[in-house]
Amino acid sequence: MTNWKVIFSIAKTHLITKLKSTITASLGVTFGIGAYITLVSFMTGLNKMLDDLVLNQTPHIHLYNEIKPSEFQPVSRFEEFENALNVVHSIKPKQSQEKIHNALPLMHYLNADERVRGASPQLRAQIFYLSGSIELGGSLLGVDIMEEARLYNMRDYIVDGSAEALRNTDNGILLGAGLAEKMSLGTGDRVQISTVEGTVTPLKIVGIYQSGIAEIDNVRSFANLKTVQRIQGEAENYITDINVKLYNLEDAVPMAAQLEKQFPVEATDIQEANAQFETGSSIRNIITYAVSITLLIVAGFGIYNILTMLIYEKMNDIAILKATGFSGKDVQYIFMSQALIIGFAGGLLGLIIGFILSRLIDRVPFETEALPTITTFPVNYNIGYYFIGIIFAFISTFIAGYLPARKAKKIDPVRIIRGN
Amino acid sequence: MANVLETKNINKYFRKPVEFHVLKDINFRVKQGEFASIMGKSGCGKSTLLYILSTMDTDYEGELFLNDKLITGKPHEELCQIRNQHIGFVFQFHYLLTEFSVLENVMLPARKLGRKSSVEIEHDAREKLKTLNIGHLAEKRASRISGGEKQRVAIARALINDPEILMGDEPTGNLDSYNAENVFQIFKGLKEERGLSLLVVTHDPDFAKRTDRIIEMEDGRILS
Repeated sequence: MTNWKVIFSIAKTHLITKLKSTITASLGVTFGIGAYITLVSFMTGLNKMLDDLVLNQTPHIHLYNEIKPSEFQPVSRFEEFENALNVVHSIKPKQSQEKIHNALPLMHYLNADERVRGASPQLRAQIFYLSGSIELGGSLLGVDIMEEARLYNMRDYIVDGSAEALRNTDNGILLGAGLAEKMSLGTGDRVQISTVEGTVTPLKIVGIYQSGIAEIDNVRSFANLKTVQRIQGEAENYITDINVKLYNLEDAVPMAAQLEKQFPVEATDIQEANAQFETGSSIRNIITYAVSITLLIVAGFGIYNILTMLIYEKMNDIAILKATGFSGKDVQYIFMSQALIIGFAGGLLGLIIGFILSRLIDRVPFETEALPTITTFPVNYNIGYYFIGIIFAFISTFIAGYLPARKAKKIDPVRIIRGN
Repeated sequence: MANVLETKNINKYFRKPVEFHVLKDINFRVKQGEFASIMGKSGCGKSTLLYILSTMDTDYEGELFLNDKLITGKPHEELCQIRNQHIGFVFQFHYLLTEFSVLENVMLPARKLGRKSSVEIEHDAREKLKTLNIGHLAEKRASRISGGEKQRVAIARALINDPEILMGDEPTGNLDSYNAENVFQIFKGLKEERGLSLLVVTHDPDFAKRTDRIIEMEDGRILS
């Protein structure tokens, strides 16, 4: 039979009369948990920002028509040479169009699928930007700009002008930031572009696009799909790429495989494209947890020391408690509850300090060319980490308190009383 | 009259540093309302015997009965319960919990027992302190009172659960003659007014002489 009220009141009295040690022990936990919360909030904030940077811009499934040689050469289909060794030299890519076959029905099919958040068409054209006598090589993407804005946060990367301006301007162009700088052009100016065939078209700059990745910004610009089709002299069903965004990222792999089987297209899923990306995130997480656990182990040793000292000081008390009918378990619980109270108080303070530090980091200015939408350091305020933090505090103090408390449980009162 | 405490053939050995036969065939009983004292030279085993009787020491051979019930061999938890409820203990060094107030010290065993509400326990504790003439000390820290007062507080604590027997290990050994006399009078009063059994280990022949019975020990045996 355990009378928790008595045990807690004894534990409380011990803690209050030894206030200095109690505070020292609690502060150990506070620093451990505070550091954990700060680190994990900052690190996961950073992870999420980098994820967004890549994943938001990246379609979950990318459909296109690849120019490649036929997998089966005609000779291998010929039955008479079935068991022969056929060698074909100088294989060339199969004669085919760059556009996706039956692109419009395919778009309809994808947009009707309930797993799909949206499928957006693209026309990729190789062009030259003309600046006086200089020709700059680059690409022009014909897009449905409103879909791009909805699915891939396009607006975040339009640093000047707007998505609506492009939609409303038939011969408008969103010029890459690098290109704009090279050619000393800005919003409202006109730029001449030339197709590979040599047709020159003037376009009006309605905005500047900056992805943060210099290689892209130096070559890529956006225009309306219809504009690019007209420049290329192609029909309205001429689409070279379809980007699919899903509700659930996990569906990407099976769906890409299914689409490849069902339609004559190549389908790349995001996992394939960004396999190395996950590795970075998980390594940052490992570092965060390693540092926090190290801090908590240090705090745990502090608690262990302080409780061991306390038990030596309280030998007489322990003996008298046992003599008056408290069992070894009761005595153990007294010291365990002291450890847990230290853990709880220290942990709670740690959460608060962690939160305050996260707020501070959140306010620190962080401006970089690469991330036009970010102005301060990113911080993730996930309530789950606060739960993990307090559970960490309990577990570490429980382990640190268990051993000294078990020692107290085993103290023989007769030896203490006779020893005096 | 009923036996409160009875031992049958209790033997005890110390195994360290060398094997030593401390108690040899201890057979005796304490009746209800009896005030007995154990006397003997240092090292004759009287304290050792007392700790066995108090159930704190379980490493012995033989049988121990409390209220005619066999105590020997019961599990640790149950012994704590018995000690809490049926046995009061007073030590030579007063052994109060120095960080707690006098009142809290007295209340502690009753709160452990948990039979009464805390209001009742507090009332009982104040009554006990009053009967020992130390009611005015209730709110003081246990470390702030004198030796004689501490011993009376310890007696109050021993009595809080209304035990059947009060055991003392030289309860007056550390007190001046005035306080020693005071403690003796308290013990005598408890015996006469409540019919409490008392078993006190003492060095003091004057103290022993005035008890109902002297149990004399020598070399681990009871002489008379």
